[in-house]
Amino acid sequence: MPESMLRFENVTVRFDQLEALKDVSFELKEGETRIVMGAAGSGKTVLLKTAIGLDCASSGKISLFDQEIQGKAERDLFDLRQRVGVLFQEGALFDSMNVERNVGYPLLTRRDVKGSGKKAAKVDMAATHARIQEALDFVELGQTLKLMPAELSGGMRRRAAIARAVATKPPLLLYDSPTAGLDPITAYTIMALIIKERDVDNTTAMVVTYRYQDGNLVANFRYNPEDGQLVPDEKAAAKTIFMVLKEGRLIFEGVQEKLESSTDEYVKKFVKRD
Amino acid sequence: MLDYFKGPVQGLQDFTTLAGQAIGNIWRRPHYWDDILIQMDTIGVGSLTIAVFTGFFSGIVMALQMGRALGQYGQTERTGEVVSIILVRELGPVLTALMIAGRNSSGMASELGSMKVTEQIDAMRALGIDPIQKLVTPRMIATAIMLPCLTVIADFIGMVGGYVVSALVYHLRAHQYWTTTWQALEWSDVVQGLLKPFIFSFAVSLVGCYYGLNTTGGTQGVGKATTQAMVTASMWIFVLTAIITKIFVSST
Repeated sequence: MPESMLRFENVTVRFDQLEALKDVSFELKEGETRIVMGAAGSGKTVLLKTAIGLDCASSGKISLFDQEIQGKAERDLFDLRQRVGVLFQEGALFDSMNVERNVGYPLLTRRDVKGSGKKAAKVDMAATHARIQEALDFVELGQTLKLMPAELSGGMRRRAAIARAVATKPPLLLYDSPTAGLDPITAYTIMALIIKERDVDNTTAMVVTYRYQDGNLVANFRYNPEDGQLVPDEKAAAKTIFMVLKEGRLIFEGVQEKLESSTDEYVKKFVKRD
Repeated sequence: MLDYFKGPVQGLQDFTTLAGQAIGNIWRRPHYWDDILIQMDTIGVGSLTIAVFTGFFSGIVMALQMGRALGQYGQTERTGEVVSIILVRELGPVLTALMIAGRNSSGMASELGSMKVTEQIDAMRALGIDPIQKLVTPRMIATAIMLPCLTVIADFIGMVGGYVVSALVYHLRAHQYWTTTWQALEWSDVVQGLLKPFIFSFAVSLVGCYYGLNTTGGTQGVGKATTQAMVTASMWIFVLTAIITKIFVSST
């Protein structure tokens, strides 16, 4: 029985008068990849941020790794958050640090005692450096250690941010619009990295996107370690669940086949049959 | 009517919470010593020129004005006394703090504001790091250490400026100027002159960080936060100096 990684039960998120999420319920299980689609302002980013307590739910229940997070103080969430890798929309690399320090940041600031607020007593610098190099090699940016984020292209920034997100090998990864604003070739590269991470480290993931092509890749391809390319895989579809948000409400949840056969006009707009 | 006060009351509550957390973090691990040192360099060493410039010219202007006014009563030789008292008690702390607010409150607001709108603050929280501990507390500690130091330097340079004017314009001898300057100061003046910048430092750093962390609305919001931080910190400096001066005047 797969373990529950993230569970939303009737979650509503309200900002003043605006309801960003309305009565949303779903469960993300170990090994699954969820593709969250929706128009701009439909609550996709809020959903991701609420999942790790960056935004607070006004009502409902959220469980991360089977631990309820609402009502917990910020400090009490730090240990849980360290088990989640997050890719923010524009990468959110720290401007003042070079790529090496950005990727190494989660490794160097890891806590060793739950809830104690203490940093790891001893950081093995050689192991840390090796892991930074490994994470950057994974996203094919191994030569950019000393570059500053401002010196990277949009796609490279996104890849460096993926390296930071996976540096600690977290079991759960959240990607917020990983391909937004990128050209088709770079967008494919980013999605290929997300699939590679899923298949190499067996991670559970949630990918927020407005591009159906992104979900289509995740649901139909796997990473082939022999040639480093994506190859068709029929098994991937069963572990890829699509979710569609409309004005904060979850209006669809299901596998790709069900999504493509949906008669809902809003859902149909997101599904392109090339 | 109640809605009109809702915003300011909410703002005051948020600011108080931020200040409480930033101060509480002084006794809480982890401590980001490298960030404190970097901020001390940025705020202290980086603002040295501006503090020296402010102190020197305020000393010159003060000596020019006071020398002429005292000359009417035949007391020109007491110029150093007046310059030192006004500089140490009031103008040194206030002018230095205003310059540092202009340079650093706005700098903190724009830096943290940019981090906020580009989701770097959220990224920090997602990595399990408290942004207040990592960003606000080091800036607060660094300002609390460096602002009194800068004020002492500005005070001394101001006295040097006063001496330049006294020697060149009013032909006072060095011994005459520096003796009255030194003897005019009492311990309460020194305490007041150091306590003020220490208290102002919290307004300078916390106001800058508060506006930075509450930035909304993209790059336009960063510009707005920067201006608001500088204006609010400057206003707080005037309010605080009035309160502290009243306390010292009443007690001496």
